[in-house]
Amino acid sequence: MTTTAAPAVGVPVTDRTRNEKRLGWKLTAPAVIVMLAVTAYPMMNALYLSLFSYRLTDPAAREFVGLRNYGVVLSDGLWWQTVFTTVIITVITVAVELVIGFAFAMVMHRVIFGRKVVRTSILIPYGIITVVSAFAWKYAFALDSGFINNWFGLGDFAWFGGRWSSIAVICLSEIWKTTPFMSLLLLAGLAQVPEVLQEAAKVDGATWRQRLTRVTLPNMKAAIMVAVLFRTLDAYRLFDNVFIMTAGAQRTETVSFLAYRQMISRTALGLGSAVAVLLFLSVVAIAALFIKGFKVDLSSVRGR
Amino acid sequence: MTDQRSFRARLGTYGGPVLVILWTLFPVIWILSLSFKPESGINNQKFLPDTFTLENYRTVFNTPLFTSALRNSVFISLIATLLSVMIATVAAYAIARLEFPGKKLILSLALAIAMFPAVSLVGPLFDIWRSIGLYDTWIGLIIPYMSFTLPLSIWTLSAFFREIPWEMEQAAQIDGATSWQAFRKVIVPLAAPGVFTAAILAFFFAWNDFVFAISLTSTDAARPVPAALAFFTGASQFQRPAAAISAAAVIVTIPVVILVLLFQRRIVAGLTAGAVKG
Repeated sequence: MTTTAAPAVGVPVTDRTRNEKRLGWKLTAPAVIVMLAVTAYPMMNALYLSLFSYRLTDPAAREFVGLRNYGVVLSDGLWWQTVFTTVIITVITVAVELVIGFAFAMVMHRVIFGRKVVRTSILIPYGIITVVSAFAWKYAFALDSGFINNWFGLGDFAWFGGRWSSIAVICLSEIWKTTPFMSLLLLAGLAQVPEVLQEAAKVDGATWRQRLTRVTLPNMKAAIMVAVLFRTLDAYRLFDNVFIMTAGAQRTETVSFLAYRQMISRTALGLGSAVAVLLFLSVVAIAALFIKGFKVDLSSVRGR
Repeated sequence: MTDQRSFRARLGTYGGPVLVILWTLFPVIWILSLSFKPESGINNQKFLPDTFTLENYRTVFNTPLFTSALRNSVFISLIATLLSVMIATVAAYAIARLEFPGKKLILSLALAIAMFPAVSLVGPLFDIWRSIGLYDTWIGLIIPYMSFTLPLSIWTLSAFFREIPWEMEQAAQIDGATSWQAFRKVIVPLAAPGVFTAAILAFFFAWNDFVFAISLTSTDAARPVPAALAFFTGASQFQRPAAAISAAAVIVTIPVVILVLLFQRRIVAGLTAGAVKG
């Protein structure tokens, strides 16, 4: 069983541990091979393609250009505009979700009445197709079918006619759909704050606000950081909502959307792959920043 | 004073839950209401329809693009889920029960791959699939879907399997059960809920995919629901697609609602398993 201690230094490795090692590798090999085959291989291929000037419509003209595609992308204002849009949407959605998600987690933690109904209803946005959420919010704000302008007396304000109002609706749909995930992670963190500490603070005369900032939040820092990390990485690859709501119009294009448009719509595989590689590198950079910079303890994510 | 406090307490007890439910169900009820609006009344700019009609549902079910998309979505998502969960169960069993170098690395790899931007894979897959004939096929979507369903399943299952009291298998054997009986009667019932939860979560992700769906398909041979919704134009070119799209959106939301209603507790456990552990 797993209780067998790891062999001490100098003690010869027994057949048993050797067999266990071999069996462990054999059983996990299919998973590792499939995971690498479906991600590492295409990623390597993208890296390779990004070094070529290559359009699918004209394969004969394929030509090795080294890092020139990266130069083209990085010196183009459009790239920096999409990065800016993506960062803005990521920051807004994650910040708002953290606040609403925390409020929802508090509600779910304390709720006595209708516990099951609340937990069931919060899973519905989580399970709904993002494209469906995008359509629902798009139609609610649209000039012809929408009720929002009517309800709030906004007349014929064209939400999808301007950059910032479009981004606001995109954020709203994204926030609605992903807050449940955030709040469930925070709820799990909330459940780990020792009740004894809360009681002790109460006895000592701490106010509600003091208990929140001095007891609850510090004790669930790990859970908060993990939830923020997961959601930031997810928000940064935002694609579905933009595609359905604006199709990138009004300068709402995100990095994922730019990569898609270059590769699939324009079939500029070389240039598009350079964008895709840069997107991948930004995601790695964000993860590294969180793990090294903010010291997110991933061992708590990994289990024990 | 006491009146005020009890009012605030009551607001906390009922107000919070009511707010949460309102927030989560509001857009769902809106799209449901939109799907019942007749084509002529779709622009009444009200939340509710003036007159109810089921016409939109008839349109949707008479549109081959949608019915084939529904079939594609169900089978592609189910097959990707099934394959992932099978491979992940074996791997997670090894990770939970055996001591071997590299198991932490495998879990980190799964986490890293789950965070991978799908768009980064789309270009090369588009190129490769077209040259080997997997473009616009079920397999051509099932393979990339495993890039997220597999790491997700490994992650969820290892968290579940760590909690299983594996000694019970030996205890059953000491009590005279054969090893097959011990496995089937003791371990399977303990492991099944975890496997099932991993399957539900993986299915949600596959069902939700849009990036691969629009990039790697072009006809109703393999195009799944989210992509079909994006390209839906209604029965005739003069028809506004909003009403029909809403009806289609409601139809594809029904399986999600059913799964959530039946397995609410397990989904919550699966979502948070392994994510937050002291």
